[in-house]
Amino acid sequence: MFLIRYGLTLLFFALTAGCGGSPWNDPYPAADSGSNVLYTSFAERPKHLDPVQSYAENEFAFIANIYQPPLQYHYLKRPYELIPFGAEAVPKPVYHDAAGRPLPDSAPAGRVAYSEYVIRVKRGLRYQPHPALAVDVSGKPRYHALTAADLRGIDTLADFRHRGTREVEAADYVHQIKRLAHPRLHSPILQLMTGYIVGLQTLADALTKEAAALPNATAIDLTRHTLEGARVIDRHTYALRVRGKYPQFAYWLAMPFFAPVPPEADRFYDQSGMAEKNISLDWYPLGSGPYMLTVNNPNRQMVLERNPYFQGETYPAEGEPGDRENGLLADAGKPLPFIDRVVFSLEKEQIPYWNKFLQGYYDASGIASDTFDQAVQSSGQGDVTLSPEMAQRGIRLQTSLATSVFYLGFNMLDPVVGGVEERTRKLRLAISIAVDQEEFISIFRNGRGVPAHGPIPPGIFGYRDADASGINPQVYEWRNGGPQRKSLAHAKRLLAEAGYPNGRHATTGQPLLLHLDTTSSGADSKARLDWYIRQFAKIGIQLVIRATDFNRLQDKLRRGTAQLFFLGWNADYPDPENFLFLLHGPQARARTQGENAANYVNAEFDALFDRMKHMANGAERQAIINRMVDLLRHDAPWVWSFFPKDYTLHHGWVFNRKPNQIANNGLKYQRLDPALRMQQRRAWNPPVVWPLAVIVGALVLSVLPAIVAYRRRERRTATAGRA
Amino acid sequence: MTAYIIRRLVYGVFVLAGVNVLTFALFFFVNSPEDMARAQLGAKRVTPAAVEKWKRERGYDKPVFLNDKMPGSRKLTETVFFDKSVRLFAFEFGASDQGRNIGYDISTRMWPSLAVQVPAFVIGLAVYITFALLMAFFRATYVDFWGVVLCVLMMSISTLFYIIGGQFVFGKLWNLVPISGYDAGFDALKFLVLPVLIGVIGGIGSSSRWYRTIFLEEISKDYVRTARAKGLSESRVLFRHVLANAMIPILTGVVVVIPLLFMGALITESFFGIPGLGSYTIDAIGQQDFAIVRAMVFLGSVLYIIGLILTDISYTLVDPRVRFS
Repeated sequence: MFLIRYGLTLLFFALTAGCGGSPWNDPYPAADSGSNVLYTSFAERPKHLDPVQSYAENEFAFIANIYQPPLQYHYLKRPYELIPFGAEAVPKPVYHDAAGRPLPDSAPAGRVAYSEYVIRVKRGLRYQPHPALAVDVSGKPRYHALTAADLRGIDTLADFRHRGTREVEAADYVHQIKRLAHPRLHSPILQLMTGYIVGLQTLADALTKEAAALPNATAIDLTRHTLEGARVIDRHTYALRVRGKYPQFAYWLAMPFFAPVPPEADRFYDQSGMAEKNISLDWYPLGSGPYMLTVNNPNRQMVLERNPYFQGETYPAEGEPGDRENGLLADAGKPLPFIDRVVFSLEKEQIPYWNKFLQGYYDASGIASDTFDQAVQSSGQGDVTLSPEMAQRGIRLQTSLATSVFYLGFNMLDPVVGGVEERTRKLRLAISIAVDQEEFISIFRNGRGVPAHGPIPPGIFGYRDADASGINPQVYEWRNGGPQRKSLAHAKRLLAEAGYPNGRHATTGQPLLLHLDTTSSGADSKARLDWYIRQFAKIGIQLVIRATDFNRLQDKLRRGTAQLFFLGWNADYPDPENFLFLLHGPQARARTQGENAANYVNAEFDALFDRMKHMANGAERQAIINRMVDLLRHDAPWVWSFFPKDYTLHHGWVFNRKPNQIANNGLKYQRLDPALRMQQRRAWNPPVVWPLAVIVGALVLSVLPAIVAYRRRERRTATAGRA
Repeated sequence: MTAYIIRRLVYGVFVLAGVNVLTFALFFFVNSPEDMARAQLGAKRVTPAAVEKWKRERGYDKPVFLNDKMPGSRKLTETVFFDKSVRLFAFEFGASDQGRNIGYDISTRMWPSLAVQVPAFVIGLAVYITFALLMAFFRATYVDFWGVVLCVLMMSISTLFYIIGGQFVFGKLWNLVPISGYDAGFDALKFLVLPVLIGVIGGIGSSSRWYRTIFLEEISKDYVRTARAKGLSESRVLFRHVLANAMIPILTGVVVVIPLLFMGALITESFFGIPGLGSYTIDAIGQQDFAIVRAMVFLGSVLYIIGLILTDISYTLVDPRVRFS
């Protein structure tokens, strides 16, 4: 009896713990209801939070809001436009020849020996409060000479009592660029940047040598090293020297790789005993951006809180047409950020995530295939609108085209599908026509995508609308006012010209067998892969699926032994160079381990690429890109698949949300109405208790007759019933 | 008894060595150090130099079992196997492939696992035995018949169904508990109610049916008939005599799993967002973090061996006839 009473009491407290008027199923502390807190989720723990190491979208979701690189993208304007963030202005490169003489902006790339970017850091920027910056009364760092005894009782960063801040200086930006070359940090962009930043390779070599000579745990002091291509001019100015003419370099300046990190951070985290406690910059960032990471428990929750020292940035006053009508300029000129705290909860599974969004416990959500029909409905003209259930809840739908491309690649080194001969080109084109991307998007992506006519997605300079002049004429024709995929008869004719009439080798009669290496497996992928088999079968080609894991596929691609493969690319920055380089001959995967997985090589394309990448956007650049895309369409090294379309939902209490496919620092612009959220949550989540009473009652009733029967049996005499 | 335990522990060391070699070999057959490096370094702009550097810094550039270039015993110690597996015997779990201290992670993540597993285990055991006794008590009545039908039905349903169904019914339809999540301290209780409940319900079918079989077997024995002949009530016969004598087979299945409660529940933790060791293992497998996987397999083996030894000891406690030999 005691146990039952104890259990019920415990259950009552469990259910009502901290409720204080908030719904029973509220997963957050009752004290937070009504607070200016944004609730969102993450599905996978970030591997890195150190800005020189982090290069994944799920990591940028955090650090892009913590760090403050010199530049950022305008939140509202499209096409994407760079604006200052940590810098006073977007730096304009000054070109120099080999003798150091300045050159005009129009100087041909061949004459430019190096470009110099002078960056002026905004005055008054301050780092978040952090123990690494804490100083004592004499101005000396409090925590830069910690002993084992000092670290006793310290398990997390929060265990340090004192915190400090200081102004961001130009030297901090330079320090971070030096960190790119740190041999123990493995920056993914080191090799790329050694090709551009003058002296970075020399620094990397020197640091590697020093690291090899030092015992394992001994820290490398970067401040003792200089970097020729990154020079501090004064406290708030630094200059970067970049080899040749590389206009895309400005885009890199908008990434956390180039955000300021104070040398004190390295001194603090490199101390003996910190790594054993998992206290590192990779775990506890130190930035000057609008938010700071105050809880880092990627097993459960990560929390960003407003950096109390962040100031000076206001909500944009300009946008693109339609933004004003959509209320996106209502907060123009107001100081950022609006939200005090952002709680990221670990949510690995889609079903609980979606249900919690519907209950109001997440402020925004994507739409998974499983919930697509519940969330949106098609209007019949191809437009999608919210389902009545969602509309009734005041949920808003936003769609945007991702700056990504998905493709089915041909290995151009393969003797059957590769090469530049007319025979194999026609085979690739026949397949390109047969694989019906429109059907794929309709069936497997619920219409969330746009068929690709080339490698450059919409929204990126160089993209041409798929109108009469912009369609891929190798695969489509303009009929009835729209692009129509060429007929299967045409594809079969191409296949016959390629030497495979009806899918059989013209001389041997052997069926044409092609192999697709894919990491997709399991029940979910089966329908998709079966669909691909049917697409190839339409023209008589037998497609064999070779399921493999990610590493095996990468290995095959590195060795150039895969025949057909699926891949995709998500833009680093909004420039056509960042897509066309995927087909640049000198970056062929099998030869140079570059990103050209198809190993496509075309001398004219490569020459045009080298010209195009140095040019500013304009008619001349567009003309070159058009020619390059035409070459690609002609050679067909990829089956141009689709550009994905993202659908996101958010509740009516969230304002200023606008999809931005390039930038990840959009949290500071968003605003909430917490009172409305609290009201809606209460209305949507009243506890329903009566079923519990019914269940208990049913259990009792089901056992009661048996108990009665038992008691009767127990009371019965041994002779009862014999008569 | 001491000699017996020492002997079992020595056997355990051999078992652990075997498990260790097998895990190591299995991982290295399907997953080369290069694969691990690439999994850690990401998919974008990974250069061969970065891969080599990653391997060198984590000791994966050494020979696997025998280092010919080293003198004396260093031929064996300067190898990947010694670095990554032999040190485990000293419970030196080392750092994960991402550089985090595994021992520290285990020490923090075992508590959420225990918070779910221990109550689910204790309550579950009480519920299963009670339900089984109920069926045995009312044997050959409609309670027994429908009880067995219910057990078979519940055994046939996947755990995943209980989880998703439970989240839908208790969390979404009736709004009684949070669908998923976790919090520290006392605040964790509201998040534990549902996973514990589902953990208990999910085991009713198989466990209760098994215990019922054990009880029915005991009921048919002579001492029970004797007890009844002495005039004892049916409840007294069941709870005082049958239950006590049915403890040995029950202990066989129960005591061995007690240490393993540390390891957490893989699917439950994943669906409920509970930051325990189950989700730690699943994440490590997904991220191909060999260091964590081998540490967890080793820990699982140690706990299993401890569980088996505890089971043997518990036999002597419940049945004086059983002696160590």
